[in-house]
Amino acid sequence: MKIIVCIKQVPDTKGGVKFNPDGTLDRGAMLAIMNPDDKAGLEAALRLKDQYGAEVTVLTMGLPKAADVLREAIAMGADKGILVTDRVLGGADTWATSTTIAGAIRNLDYDIIITGRQAIDGDTAQVGPQIAEHLGIPVVSYAQEIKVNGDTVTVKRQYDDRYHMVEVKTPCLITALSELNEPRYMTPGGIFDACKAEITTWGRADLKDVDDSNIGLAGSPTKIARASDKVRKGAGEKFVPETPTEAVDIIVGKLKEKHVI
Amino acid sequence: MDFSLTKEHEMARQLFKDFAENEVKPLAQEIDEEHRFPRETVDKLAKYGFLGIPVAKELGGQGCDVLTYAMCVEELSKVCGTTGVIVSAHTSLCVDPIMTFGTPEQKEKYGRPLAKGEKLGAFGLTEPGAGTDAQGQQTKAVLDGDEWVLNGSKCFITNGKEADVYVIFAVTGKIEKRGKFIKEISAFIVEKGTPGFTFGTKENKMGICASSTYELIFTDCRIPKENMLGQQGKGFNIAMHTLDGGRIGIAAQALGIAEGALETTIAYVKERKQFGKTIAQQQNTQFQLADMATKVEAAKLLVYKAAMKKDEYTKNPKISYSVEAAMAKLYAAEVAMEVTTKCVQLHGGYGYIKEYGVERMMRDAKITEIYEGTSEVQRMVISANLLK
Repeated sequence: MKIIVCIKQVPDTKGGVKFNPDGTLDRGAMLAIMNPDDKAGLEAALRLKDQYGAEVTVLTMGLPKAADVLREAIAMGADKGILVTDRVLGGADTWATSTTIAGAIRNLDYDIIITGRQAIDGDTAQVGPQIAEHLGIPVVSYAQEIKVNGDTVTVKRQYDDRYHMVEVKTPCLITALSELNEPRYMTPGGIFDACKAEITTWGRADLKDVDDSNIGLAGSPTKIARASDKVRKGAGEKFVPETPTEAVDIIVGKLKEKHVI
Repeated sequence: MDFSLTKEHEMARQLFKDFAENEVKPLAQEIDEEHRFPRETVDKLAKYGFLGIPVAKELGGQGCDVLTYAMCVEELSKVCGTTGVIVSAHTSLCVDPIMTFGTPEQKEKYGRPLAKGEKLGAFGLTEPGAGTDAQGQQTKAVLDGDEWVLNGSKCFITNGKEADVYVIFAVTGKIEKRGKFIKEISAFIVEKGTPGFTFGTKENKMGICASSTYELIFTDCRIPKENMLGQQGKGFNIAMHTLDGGRIGIAAQALGIAEGALETTIAYVKERKQFGKTIAQQQNTQFQLADMATKVEAAKLLVYKAAMKKDEYTKNPKISYSVEAAMAKLYAAEVAMEVTTKCVQLHGGYGYIKEYGVERMMRDAKITEIYEGTSEVQRMVISANLLK
């Protein structure tokens, strides 16, 4: 069995979010970690490896520094790491990212692709399903549990008030939740091996069946007008109405004033 | 001279830090108060390879260096001195002598499961009348057919009742040296469960309370001839070599305890207010923190240097790391005691309350000035080298 796990290096939001003066994320000022949902996806893949025997390849797109998360994944037990990095791929939104990753995956053999549900820096939950769409394979999102039997994968999918048991044939893509499992630690020996391991690096030229109009900032339909940290709301206005009718008048008046109604 | 850590060491440190924070810290207070050996933590240490860090992969270890091992003991000890010494005693005092002096069969039979963490190790040199003075040994081993028969007892043994494999020293005869007869000491590997090997009193200690410290008793305990470790009569050399390595582990433990106390205190003084401002704003606090941080940094450099010297030794056995290990242990232990005492003081009344953790660190720090050679013995080792 061959499993590809897509992982992303994200800023650790535990220490607070920091911005550059132009409103973009100051990634240098924040610790970089493996996105938690992706880490759960990697753990799920490593458990399938322990249970059924599998080759686990981790793939990431990002700056050359993103090789760090690939090494972390190898130190946890992944077999190979592939870094997709190229200046022309920078500034990608979810569409351009998924197009790029799908272009990289077209070079590989796989039975299962696992991605995290969403990254803590963008919170879109779009890239995983989009990759499946580009590759024309089924996707099962929000996996809580994954079981494999031959070419059939059974996924327990989290839903609001229940779960779904979904059966799907390989090749397929599964998006994982951080609640899926408790990811294992690296091992000291794994770290030493991972630091010596060769990371395959691919650029634009290595992407298969990808059009220039769909990559990088230029190929991104999403335009971010402005980004900012959460601003604390003020105390607001307080009214002490005498009657219910007066209260309704005040509320309706305010809503009209704000053009809500 | 490059003081920056390699990528491997940075990643390893992060791993040990995360592990200590998530798996060890939550239990530290509880196991100290209950004097309970943290078996559940040891199982996790084994699972992630922390019990065989400096051992070659071919022998079941992680294939890392001594510096990585020292950083592991340091990070664990930042949050729990007991957990630090469990790893140190196992690795430095049991795995190391077996891997250094053992036969290929001993390495396979005992070294491999120890390095994989399937078994836990301990070391028995100290006796009521013999600590660093190995000539005071009373435990005897007599060859009877194909077996050595051990009689005697060992005290203050770390991992005492919890270990599976013990490196034990005993007198095997007399030898003449410069016209005088001295005791011939040899080392042995003894398995738990061997008939005649029992446990005496559990020590009720001031610090490292969750560590299992026991007396080991040997009464006509018969062990196979092939369990002699190294050559007959080489026990003293094996013990001294082992303690040199052990001192790096204890120095790392002391360093970790000091760092842990300092980190805890830095957080505390920023919050605690007296006379309308935080105590961090008082110059006395600032100067004390500065002095402590400087000493901790100096200790760290000595510990890392000793660890790196032992790494050099593994490539070139002619290199000695004995003085570096003694200096690291002497300094780190005394810094640990000083820093933890001052940290309790900076906490004021709360420092004396168990809930705040620093009093535990102060109690744990004291032992680092005593075991594996007291500070006085370290001074003897260092000065003997200066005056030779």
